[in-house]
Amino acid sequence: MRSNALSSDVIAQNKAGSQTKEAPWVKIALIGIAITYLGLVLFLPAINVFIQAFRNGVGPFFANFSDAAFINAIQLTVLIALIVVPINTVFGLCAAWAITRHKFPGRALVVSIIDLPFAVSPVVAGLMLILLYGRSGWLGPSLEAINVRIIFALPAMIIASAFITMPFVAREVIPVLEEAGTDQEEAAKTLGAKDWQIFWRVTLPNIRWGLLYGVILTNARVMGEFGAVSVVSGNIIRKTQTLPLYVEEAYKQYESQAAFAASVLLACLALVTLVLKEILERKTSIKDVEE
Amino acid sequence: MGIVVENVSKQFGSFRAVDDVSLEIKSGSLVALLGPSGSGKSTLLRLIAGLELPDSGKIWLTGKDATYQSVQERNIGFVFQHYALFKHMSVRQNIAFALEIRKTPKAKIKARVDELLELVQLSALGNRYPSQLSGGQRQRVALARALAVQPQVLLLDEPFGALDAKVRKDLRAWLRKLHDEVHVTTVFVTHDQEEAMEVSDEIVVMNKGRVEQIGTPAQIYDHPATAFVMSFIGPVNVLPSTSNIFQGNGFESTHPEMFLRPQDVIVQREKNGTTVSARVSRIIHLGWEIQAELTLDDGQVVTAHLSRDRFDELQLQPQEKVYVKPKDARSFPLYYSI
Repeated sequence: MRSNALSSDVIAQNKAGSQTKEAPWVKIALIGIAITYLGLVLFLPAINVFIQAFRNGVGPFFANFSDAAFINAIQLTVLIALIVVPINTVFGLCAAWAITRHKFPGRALVVSIIDLPFAVSPVVAGLMLILLYGRSGWLGPSLEAINVRIIFALPAMIIASAFITMPFVAREVIPVLEEAGTDQEEAAKTLGAKDWQIFWRVTLPNIRWGLLYGVILTNARVMGEFGAVSVVSGNIIRKTQTLPLYVEEAYKQYESQAAFAASVLLACLALVTLVLKEILERKTSIKDVEE
Repeated sequence: MGIVVENVSKQFGSFRAVDDVSLEIKSGSLVALLGPSGSGKSTLLRLIAGLELPDSGKIWLTGKDATYQSVQERNIGFVFQHYALFKHMSVRQNIAFALEIRKTPKAKIKARVDELLELVQLSALGNRYPSQLSGGQRQRVALARALAVQPQVLLLDEPFGALDAKVRKDLRAWLRKLHDEVHVTTVFVTHDQEEAMEVSDEIVVMNKGRVEQIGTPAQIYDHPATAFVMSFIGPVNVLPSTSNIFQGNGFESTHPEMFLRPQDVIVQREKNGTTVSARVSRIIHLGWEIQAELTLDDGQVVTAHLSRDRFDELQLQPQEKVYVKPKDARSFPLYYSI
């Protein structure tokens, strides 16, 4: 009885000891490492972008916005997004619909092909376009004959952006469509709804948050894409320069003030995307699928 | 005729889900498609709805050939096992869906929705969303939605399958009452023989994609056409026809097996001409009746159901010797395993 009480006392002491001595030490060290790492890799660079952009005050920062090349870059970035995002939204919807609602031979292959842009490095993607549409590429001579210019022009930048962002909408919509099932669509059918009525009134409302999430991701990637676009654009100032390309060019030309100003714009886009993503993830509850 | 199905077959891959089925369903009647899972009953219902297309055969709805009509053209009401309510719409919007599709004037829609909400006793919950309703309430909304445009036939696919026992029983009685008010030709699929018996005017018993028997609940129970029907509906003893319980009492058969309902086993204390002796091996109290397991002299085990009164009269004890004989027994030319 006595020894029992004693040993349990010792255990209790050990437990208390481990809680007051070792745990805080390990805890503080781990948290410290994590914060230092995050600070060096994430927070400091991000904050520095803002500090550098506004180093000489708000005036010079806004002065950049009147630079013709800068305005051009913004316009081109928005134009490409306006073209690519709708195309990939429609494509992603169609692909997700075909994959979840029909069984056809080669279905698994289609799923892998849609994922291909995730696996291919953007630079390689750009190179593929040059090898196809470039002056010495497969289709190059015939395109030149009819005076159509793709590489080092807007069409190639659109194709490159579209290639890179092809999977986003389909990837987000497929799980939502699968979860919704076909019951509601069949019910709508029995109630007399035509196919397009079923799509607008039943299917689309069911997948709207997942779809919007896919669209936002697509948009963020289109506006921020550097690798593939840089290879095919030729980086012609005021002609084929998007915001990310402008940032690189400005930095190379030692115009760091301009580079940071453009970066602030891109960083704001990223922040807005993150906030929207967080809101939408809560609405769709596809968080688990995502991670 | 409300619904006529003529030599309809449907195959999925190598599986014959519905195999040359023909049947007629009278206008205004309430019919159950009853069978175990995989018997083709749900597929047959979906064929009638047009949600599946038959490989061969014809389907007639209220006198018109509907075989090649689309689902939308058939003017049917369909209720799904898992409700299939539109999640993003309120109860009212769900019920109004078919009316809005048909561009019905707003005032008319409102009146009809009010009427239907009253019919399914959900007037107070019109502005709720499906996720805020119980299972039984959801199924009633689904029913109101299906009835909104006065369909020529109402089809229900295991409508009570996802509900718990108590709600199930209530809804069954309620469906029967509703049908007596609305009188729309109704077909519902179930695997629960008690449910089929309680609700329907007629039962179509299906097995392995074929119709085993069509008849009123009483006909199906009292005069089963096949061994499958006899063993699927109600409890039954399956005994070799050589068992001595069938000897010398007019129940001899050339078929190898005899089917004997537990309530058709007469148990008595005294021996007479055609009884055989048995030993009581087990007594189970089911509440409203008593189930006795009896071992015959030839080793066969027979289950007998006794009324409480009869049991009290006999005062049976385990291991006691009793005398038994069949009141009724059947044999069938072909035996289907379940």
